[in-house]
This record gives sequence, structure tokens and C-alpha cells, in this order.
Amino acid sequence: MTVISTKRIGVLALAAAVLAGACSSAATPAPTAAPSAAASGVASGAPGASIPLPPSANVTLTGTGATFPVPLYDVWNDAFNFKYKTVQVDYKGIGSGGGIKAITEQTVDYGASDAALTDTAVAALPAGSKVLHIPTVLGAVVVIYNVAGVDLNLDGTTVANIFLGKITKWNDPAIVALNSGATLPDLAIKVVHRSDGSGTTNAFTTYLDTVSPDWKSQVGKGTEVKWPTGIGAAGNDGVAGGVKGDANKGAIGYVELNYATTAKLTAAKMKNAAGKFVAGSTAGVTAAAEGAVASFPADFRQAPIINGAGDATYPVAAYTYLLAYQAQKDANKAQALVAYIYWGLTDGQTTTGGLGYARLPEPIRVKALQQLHLITVNGKAIWP
Amino acid sequence: MTAFSPSRLARRRSGSRLPDRLFRGSSRALAWALVVSLIGLGAMLLVNGWGAFATFGPGFVIGTDWDPVKNIYGALPFIVGTLLSSAIALVIAAPIGLLTAIFLAELAPRRIAIPLTFTIELLAAIPSVVFGLWGVFVLSPFLQSTIEAWAVDTLGWIPIFAGPPFGVGLFAAGVILSIMILPTIVSIAREVIGSIPNSQREAMYALGATRWEVVTRAVLPAARSGIAGAIILGFGRALGETMAVTMVIGNAQRIPQSLFDQAQTIASQIATTFNEAQVGIQTSSLIALGLVLLVITLGLNVAARVLVGRTATGAGGR
Repeated sequence: MTVISTKRIGVLALAAAVLAGACSSAATPAPTAAPSAAASGVASGAPGASIPLPPSANVTLTGTGATFPVPLYDVWNDAFNFKYKTVQVDYKGIGSGGGIKAITEQTVDYGASDAALTDTAVAALPAGSKVLHIPTVLGAVVVIYNVAGVDLNLDGTTVANIFLGKITKWNDPAIVALNSGATLPDLAIKVVHRSDGSGTTNAFTTYLDTVSPDWKSQVGKGTEVKWPTGIGAAGNDGVAGGVKGDANKGAIGYVELNYATTAKLTAAKMKNAAGKFVAGSTAGVTAAAEGAVASFPADFRQAPIINGAGDATYPVAAYTYLLAYQAQKDANKAQALVAYIYWGLTDGQTTTGGLGYARLPEPIRVKALQQLHLITVNGKAIWP
Repeated sequence: MTAFSPSRLARRRSGSRLPDRLFRGSSRALAWALVVSLIGLGAMLLVNGWGAFATFGPGFVIGTDWDPVKNIYGALPFIVGTLLSSAIALVIAAPIGLLTAIFLAELAPRRIAIPLTFTIELLAAIPSVVFGLWGVFVLSPFLQSTIEAWAVDTLGWIPIFAGPPFGVGLFAAGVILSIMILPTIVSIAREVIGSIPNSQREAMYALGATRWEVVTRAVLPAARSGIAGAIILGFGRALGETMAVTMVIGNAQRIPQSLFDQAQTIASQIATTFNEAQVGIQTSSLIALGLVLLVITLGLNVAARVLVGRTATGAGGR
């Protein structure tokens, strides 16, 4: 089922190599001094046209952060180790905030987060250092609910008003208006949200912040916000547990698309910017990302993917990122890291769909690969 | 077994032998290490949480907004949630605990008192997370469909009983805490009551008092401050309890408006958000929360120890 077809790998690798060749020599100057020694295993093969390979020495990479991509990274890490026996990649999902903290404190080789670093988080990095944001896949957030016998349609304003505590009954005129023909019960709405900081919350509140002026002024967006109403529950499974079941009739919450898919939860269709009601799906997310390619920012932060244009676009989506220092310290680890991320952005992309993740749109994937050229050890590019 | 000759005993007492000195020295060092680590703990919280106090001043303790988006942190909702959930626990557990302790110490025959005491003390050995699971799957659905549904329907017009009844919330947290602090209250109160000299009871009986009169007029007044201490120690245990509370309190970062509203305690807030907290003021605010909790629990524990100690020493002299 998994283990990627080798033909596909070849094609992708070739394509990537060609692309890489077209955009080389973006090498960065050394931020600090240090002689350009330690050329031991760095830069394998001809500059610009090669696939970055891991070092021949045994290396263990440790990463930590977002829980959302854990199932994917687990598969990636096994497959990568299967291909390159010398590299062992250990990833622990402790949450996006934890990943940012760990990379800031340099206790891991790479971090992972569903939310880009805020300006405050960038300022907290060690002086003179720069962390690269490398998107790996996309996820979506779906609104799950517990109202029997209704295929629910919702729009951003209504969801915002529910989570603001302004809409408190399922038969509120605003919900009825979106669901002509459905019989909605006179039932209190029980709002369930995340109690821990989370990239899921970041994507969800960013969406509400975009579509609802009230939400923007009263709550705002972030991995953790001041919820005006509702019950807090830890993790996707905590929220799902607070929504499912007879004891929770009338509940509403939000979880990652891949979680909702595996746990078979009922999710609402969301009205997108084109006015169409779209169910959360990996295709809808890739459509959202493709629609936003033109305005993708140079530093990869604040990627504009929320409430994007296009009929098929699902409006609540987010990138998940790997975080790595641009100037690396350990040559072997840096080489392994570049090889690993390169692999994830090429071969790794083929494993995404079955796990409920949306792969990167091609232009973004190419941009992400270009980021790898920026990674240096002692001022020397690892993959020039 | 064999009697010591006086000369050997004297030599022992002198403490000049090396093993004795080593033993005394190392135990003294370890005892002080505990004190130092407590001070170090407080200092760590103060240093790392200083950012919050410096930024918000007294507003950190009396502020009602905990808003990671605007980076404003006020701890009052959590202080209120902590004190209220523990107070509910106390209202339920104190009378039950006290009556149980009286029964065990004064009324029950030994063959019942011993196994019963053992069982109650076993409650303290149940892991917090197990209580939490029980709370999620059994207690809160039960409360939701019985007590809460009834109270909201009949007393809902009184603000503190306002609904809707969701099961999880302040009340469920208080109930679960009351069960968790019962062993503390029962075992300390039982010991305090047991330490009241028999002469007190016998004097009452000699005057022709009934058992009820003996307990209420002689035993309880003498044990009064010790019982208060037992209850305060139970309160202290409830304040710091984290896991079970986190699972049933509803984790809402606002001051609860009714008994059935969702709330959040200090310990639960730290546990649920610390991993994801942003480096800087949010992290230091969470650490400062820890310091607030430490100050509250330390203060209560000191008060309780003083009360328990007063009974233990004072009772004999009376």
C-alpha cells in the first residue's frame, strides 16, 4: 500500500533535478566568520544538478512539533530509512508551539509547526540566526457537529457567530437560511474547542478572522485564543469526544480533516468565497493552495490559503511546515536533513493522499525545494 | 537482645565513631537538600515568571483576560476556578469525611474500622487520570442527566443554577475532587480524634453522658483545630490536583457564571497550554501562575500544620 513506486520516484527526482539546476547559485553569504573547512561530506556530486544525498556516516535526526502530520512523518521516516540505511529520523509530535520552542532552544535538529513563526517568535530566535519555513503538505480543518439527520451547510459568518456565542440554538434563522429544506431542532448548541494551543486552532481562527469582522475585533487568530464561549478539550480526539455521542447532542467542534476522515466524523459543508458549499477533502485543499500560488510570500510565512478563490476550493486550509536553521552547525546532520527534506518534497509527496493530507501544488513544491539551497554549514551551501 | 554493658552504651552515645558521624552528616545534608530544593523551586518560578509580574504588575493577579492573541495575561479566572472547584469539593467532602472519621474512631468496632480505614485510604492510591476517565465517562453524563438537568429546570432562574447542563464543568470538577480529598480528610481527622486522651471521654461518661454527648461535647471540641487542619489539608490537595480536573472542568478561560458553567484551574491551565505556549510573555505568565498556586497551597498547608499541631500538643495538657 505505501512504499512508493520506484518509477514515480525516478520521474520526480529527474524533474526536481532539472528544476534545481535552473535555479542554483542562490547561495547565501556566511553570516558569521569561520573558515570554509569541514568540506568532508558536504556537496556530493556536481553543483546544481544533483540529488542531495545523506552522508555515509550514521546519522540520527531528531525533530519535534506539530501533531497533525505525525502519521505522515512516521511513514516518511520509515521509507527514508529504508532507502538510506545510514539515516534514522525520529519525530515526536508534541504540538506546533512545542516545535517552535524546541527549534528556538536548539534542542532538536528540526522543528515542525502548522503555524508559521509569528514576528514575536522570530525575534526570540538566537541572534543572527534565521529559520527556514519549508511547507511539506497541507491540511484542512472541518467543522464537526452532532445533529441527527441533517447534512449541514454552514458559512464563515455563521460559524463565527456560533463560536462567539451569538447563535445559541440549532434552529436559529441564520442556520435555517443556509439549510433550506432541512428540519433543524430547537436544541442548544454546545461549542467545543481546543484547550491546548494548536495549529488546528490557528487555521480555524485565521479563517474566522478573515470572514468575520466581529471575530476579528473580539477574538482574533492564533494557536490559542480567548474563547468567548464553549468547552475546551485537549487534542483532536478530545474535541471529537466532546462532540460525538448521545450525551453531546447539539455539539459543534472543529478537527483536522485527516482526523475526521479516519474517525468517520460528520462534517459540515462550508461555503467558499465563490459561494459554493464544499465538503472538506484533500482535493479541495490542493485547489485552495493552487488558487493562492501567485500571492505566496517569499519567506513562506502567512501563506494566503484561507478562504481562497475557485469553485472547488475548501476555505479552511493550512500548510504544515518543517523548520530548520539556515546556518547549520553539524555537517553530517545538515547533509542528512537536506536529503531528508528533499526526499519528502519529491518521493514523499506521493504518500500523502491515502493518509488524508493534500500534497503541495507544483509551484509551491518547487519553491520549497529552492529553500534547501539556502541551507549552509560554516557558510558553505550543502546543496548548492 | 543481649543487654548492653553501661560502658558500651556510653561509647555509643559519644557519637565519636566514624559510621555514626557519616550517617548523621549524610542525613543532615539530605534533609537540608530538601529545604534548599523547595527554595530553589520558588526561586525558579520567580525568576522565570518575573516577566509576567513586571509586565502586568498586580494586573496579573486581578486581570480577567487571558488572551494569547493580544498577549494580555490575567490570572483571575484561574484563581477563581481553582478556589471555587476546591470549595465545592470541600462542601461535599468535609461533612462526609468528618462523619466517617467519627464513625471510624469512636463508634465502629475494630473488625469493621480497620478494613474500612484501609479501603478509604486506598482511594488515595487511585491514579488521578483514572478518576478523570471515570469522570468523563460515568460521572459527568450522570450529573448532566440527573442533578444538573433537575437543578437547571427547577432552580434555573437563580443565576448560580443557570444552564445549559453539559455535564463537564465546575460542578463535576468539584464532585470528583471531593472524592479525591476524602482520604486526606478522613485519615487525618481520625488520627486527631484518636489522639484525644481517653480520660476526656471517661470523665463525660462518669457524668452520665450519652455517646452523642461525649462526641459532641468532649471529643470534637478538643479536636476542633486538628479537624480544621485536616479539612484545610484536603483543600490544599484539591487546589493542586490537575489531571482529573482537566478532564472534567471544561477548560474555559473565563470566570464561571454558574455552578454548571465551565471553568479552568491554575494547574489545569498550565498543564493544557504549557507545551504550546509561545516563548516569551506567555510562557513566563504560565510560570507565574505556578508561583501563584505555590503561594496559595504553601500558605494553606502552613496554616493546616499549625492547627493540626495545636491539637496534638494541646490535647494532652487539658
